[in-house]
Amino acid sequence: MAQPFRLSRGGRIDRSRPIVFEFNGKPIHGYQGDTVASALIANGIHLVGRSFKYHRPRGILSHGPDEPSALLSVDRGPGRVDPNNRASVVEARAGLRTTSQNHWPSLEYDIGAVNDLLSPVFVAGFYYKTFMWPRKFWDKVYEPFIRAAAGLGKAPTQADPDRYANRHAHCDVLIVGAGPAGLAAALAAARTGKRVILADEGPEPGGSLLHDPKAEIDGRLASDWLADTLADLDARENVILLPRTTVFGYYNHNHVAMTERVTDHLPSVAGQAPRERLWQVRAGEVILAGGSHERPLVFADNDRPGILLAESVRVFLNRYGVAPGHRLVVATSGASAYQVALDAKAAGLDVTLVDLRLEADCGPEVTRLRQVGVEVLTGHTVVGSKGRKRVSGLIVAPVESNGRCGARRVIPCDCVGMSGGWTPAVHLFSQSRGKLRYDDALDAFVPNISAQAERSAGAARGTYDLAGCLTEGFAAGAAASGSSETRTFGASPTLTGFQPVRVMPTDADPTRVRAFVDYQNDVTAKDIKLAVREGFQSIEHVKRYTTTGMATDQGKTSNMNALGIVAGQLDKALPAVGTTTFRPPYTPVTFGALVGPARHALFDPIRTTPIHGWAESHGATFENVALWRRAWYFPKAGEDLHEAVARECKAVREGVGIFDASTLGKIEVVGPDAAEFMNRMYVNPWAKLANGRCRYGLMLKEDGYILDDGVVARVSDQCFHVTTTTGGAARVLGHMEDYLQTEWPDLQVFLTSTTEQWAVIALQGPKARQVIEPLVEGIDLSPEAFPHMAMRTGTICGVPTRLFRVSFTGELGFEINVPSDHALAVWEAIFSAGEPHGITPYGTETMHVLRAEKGYIIVGQETDGTVTPDDVGMAGMIAKTKVDFVGKRSLARPDVIATTGRKQLVGLMTEDPKLVLDEGAQIVADPNQPIPMRMLGHVTSSYWSPNCNRSIALALVADGRALMGRTLHITTPDGFTRATVSEAVFFDTKGERVNA
Amino acid sequence: MLEVRYRTARTLPLGRVEVRPSGVSIRPADAEARFVLRVRSTEGEVAGLPLDRPINTVSGDDRRWIARLGPDEWLIGVPEGEADLLQTSAASDLAGRAHALVDVSNRNVGIDVEGLRAAELLNAGCPLDLGDAAFPAGKATRTLLGKAEIVLIRRAGAQARYRVECWRSLATYVHGFLQEAGMGIGEG
Repeated sequence: MAQPFRLSRGGRIDRSRPIVFEFNGKPIHGYQGDTVASALIANGIHLVGRSFKYHRPRGILSHGPDEPSALLSVDRGPGRVDPNNRASVVEARAGLRTTSQNHWPSLEYDIGAVNDLLSPVFVAGFYYKTFMWPRKFWDKVYEPFIRAAAGLGKAPTQADPDRYANRHAHCDVLIVGAGPAGLAAALAAARTGKRVILADEGPEPGGSLLHDPKAEIDGRLASDWLADTLADLDARENVILLPRTTVFGYYNHNHVAMTERVTDHLPSVAGQAPRERLWQVRAGEVILAGGSHERPLVFADNDRPGILLAESVRVFLNRYGVAPGHRLVVATSGASAYQVALDAKAAGLDVTLVDLRLEADCGPEVTRLRQVGVEVLTGHTVVGSKGRKRVSGLIVAPVESNGRCGARRVIPCDCVGMSGGWTPAVHLFSQSRGKLRYDDALDAFVPNISAQAERSAGAARGTYDLAGCLTEGFAAGAAASGSSETRTFGASPTLTGFQPVRVMPTDADPTRVRAFVDYQNDVTAKDIKLAVREGFQSIEHVKRYTTTGMATDQGKTSNMNALGIVAGQLDKALPAVGTTTFRPPYTPVTFGALVGPARHALFDPIRTTPIHGWAESHGATFENVALWRRAWYFPKAGEDLHEAVARECKAVREGVGIFDASTLGKIEVVGPDAAEFMNRMYVNPWAKLANGRCRYGLMLKEDGYILDDGVVARVSDQCFHVTTTTGGAARVLGHMEDYLQTEWPDLQVFLTSTTEQWAVIALQGPKARQVIEPLVEGIDLSPEAFPHMAMRTGTICGVPTRLFRVSFTGELGFEINVPSDHALAVWEAIFSAGEPHGITPYGTETMHVLRAEKGYIIVGQETDGTVTPDDVGMAGMIAKTKVDFVGKRSLARPDVIATTGRKQLVGLMTEDPKLVLDEGAQIVADPNQPIPMRMLGHVTSSYWSPNCNRSIALALVADGRALMGRTLHITTPDGFTRATVSEAVFFDTKGERVNA
Repeated sequence: MLEVRYRTARTLPLGRVEVRPSGVSIRPADAEARFVLRVRSTEGEVAGLPLDRPINTVSGDDRRWIARLGPDEWLIGVPEGEADLLQTSAASDLAGRAHALVDVSNRNVGIDVEGLRAAELLNAGCPLDLGDAAFPAGKATRTLLGKAEIVLIRRAGAQARYRVECWRSLATYVHGFLQEAGMGIGEG
């Protein structure tokens, strides 16, 4: 309960609602409204982790999203463990278990801290230099070491039990950041009635107003102004105010991505609410009012716990009512830190201020601070700090007129607030592809030329004073919403302006000084200077070589310091060195938010047929075909794939089998020019196909290679029922529509997908006719009246059907098309009618074997996008008299009509009949030829054929048709095996059975 | 046996059970008849349903509706019992004009989504602006819901009432997605 560093009053925490959470197993007491960081500080805890590379003790540097050091593992319950949470943004609540990272055995005593002593080894580019050192060191030393050291925190091992939601939204004005500028912008835009979304990453809108309780706006306390403004916005239907929502990505066409943390801050969640929600906003206009980040000062041992950014000290004091220490030294090169010192003094802290600026360069802030009794040392640098796990003193020295440091002085302290100036948060502007401009007076890059409908306001574009932020924000809001309203705000003055400094002047040997620039990746000023000495001049190269700015904080605190050091070393102006590119996400985003609902059953649609449930209940094993899930085989008790397929194959050839072919693509081609259209799309002739007859259609791409195939029935003069492959359905429809709309708009033809209107029950085998005879009405099933490759309409079990007499097995067969919602009933009726005949359900594997026994090709298996009709022996199907069809001209290409060398479809009979070749196996004429051997082709299909009682294979072989009877050699996992080239048909070679 | 099977009721993939996550009603529609009409000219009516309304609008009422999805493409919905009648009237209304009227009653599955936060729920997977100005009552369009293609129709009336039409094999996914989305709009 103690909270020794909690101030007795003040702050926006709710002191009537105490909370307890855990840090490294110990209870931490705080209040509703605390962050984990503020509660830890209230309990005097600053040491919260070990640094990434050197395992140096690290504390809390910041109060906000830019925190590089205080990264904790947060456990919110079983399965809900996240590493690398910034203590400064995690809201404290009952039940949280937080732990520090990157140490062993404990935070206090960390073996890895030996790295700190070895730091001369881990210089800039250490990783790259390992490549140059002895080769044998790599496997045994470097790689294991680097692997063990890589990464920060432990990845969760359990599946994430939380729900993540997704939401698309549209608005006229999206405002990023609900600080003074963003709020003023929202006020202006809201009044126009336009749709406004105001998103802020914090739990409470207000930005800097939340820690500026004495500021006044238009003569009123800022906190009152804030409350009224929020009430005004909240009451408007056209405004969506989103706290806890981080805008992390700015994409094309003002497509902006943000994550809303919905329930993490709640101690208990009502059942089904999501943890986070990913918002994808399409905004007419975007206003970037994301504020700015304070720069640390770069001096020796500037990373000790207890050393914070100055403004963060102020935030902890004013917003959370906690003192980061009792004895505070503020080290600064600018004016804003004087306000920190003033507030700290008012809160009862013992305060000293050290300013790098000469007294003459400072403003009235010096006098003001001295008036309240604070010692102010102007013209002083910081050359180091004392302490290890907590700062115990700051070493300062006057900078003399010759640039040398004077006598050192140690100021005892338990807390340091440092300020090296401010950097506008231009991350999102940069992501939007806007062009930055370097502003000398601000010593910062600021938004210049917008690439999208977007504008920045307030500190995000370098306007730091409160009145300026409000006025500028309002103007931006008005402009973005097309309003001409203007408004100026009066506000209490803000202390602004700073003297840019890259590295604090020091009297120490700069090659020995450990002054951190990038806290998260442990990059020192020395590392950056070394990189420049080793020849790196581009900031992009320095960044990759030293890893500065490459941690998850993307260098929010470090980029400008690093850039300044490089520019200084190269003696170039800062803009000449350029700035690095900011990429999404602005701050880390959970995988869950990105995945959203797309997991488990909703990962991808699983398409099933109306007969799927029947197959499931009859024990089918399934396989995925495109997005479809198809019955693969129907094992009986104890059967494996091989046995089940052998049984199914026999059953079809000897009795009757039933197969769900519903996934076949179907297109209804209708119109006066339907036949002409078919003529142009397929190689086959269609004009003379009689109504009620079918034809196997072969479709090419423009390049003359096979695109798809399928049986087509002519329903009437102006209507064709086209079938496509399962996987090709959408592609073929798109291909057809493409031609119809762009090449032949004159043709009166309409295409409609009927894939799912018709379920297809394939009934195949010598007894197929007997099975359906009693069920069919209105169709004469006799072979004379209803021959192979015919289609009739009638009813089956009273259900209207398009009954096809076709076969993909080589047996007498029917494909019964019925409306999908009736398919299960019809299937069940056929099945029970077939039971006396031993009807056997079969799956896709048996279908594949049966068609391979007959040498029927499967597009995508026998073809691979480089196969012509002649290659698979189908040249005879090409209509000779047609003027044109898609692919016709390509069939005259020299490489296509080449008399030798083209790969042709043949059969392969292995010498060992029991050996089933591997599909994809390569084929050579002589296995003893020198490597690289000449490949003749490859095996496209290979199965055990129960009906042939041996293995069979189809293959594409160069000049294969001229090699009949020849022995070829095919690769196996162990070497080569021998097979004889045969015709690509293995069963019923005369093809008599289909006509039964 | 033929008589037993004759007139078998359609087996709808989703059943008809309503769920109400976050107060939005998600209810699979009854067996309806639907047709895709393709014709180049927009004069006149088909079975009393107008063709000349703007693209991406729906006309008619909840029972008999026609959604114009493209310059020459309409999706028509009528009660199942009126399917034959519609085909007959269409044939005479469109006599002499090249057209296609294809029965897709069994291809399409309808799901009605209604309630104050229905648009928000749909926006979980539909990237369109469903605000009253951009997508008022009477709008209809082909769009996406998550990874599935749907036709989205906003029924007449001030209340937010939507019809989602998808293909049969995607119905399980679409229905599951809508329910998940309903839970995703919890806690504000």
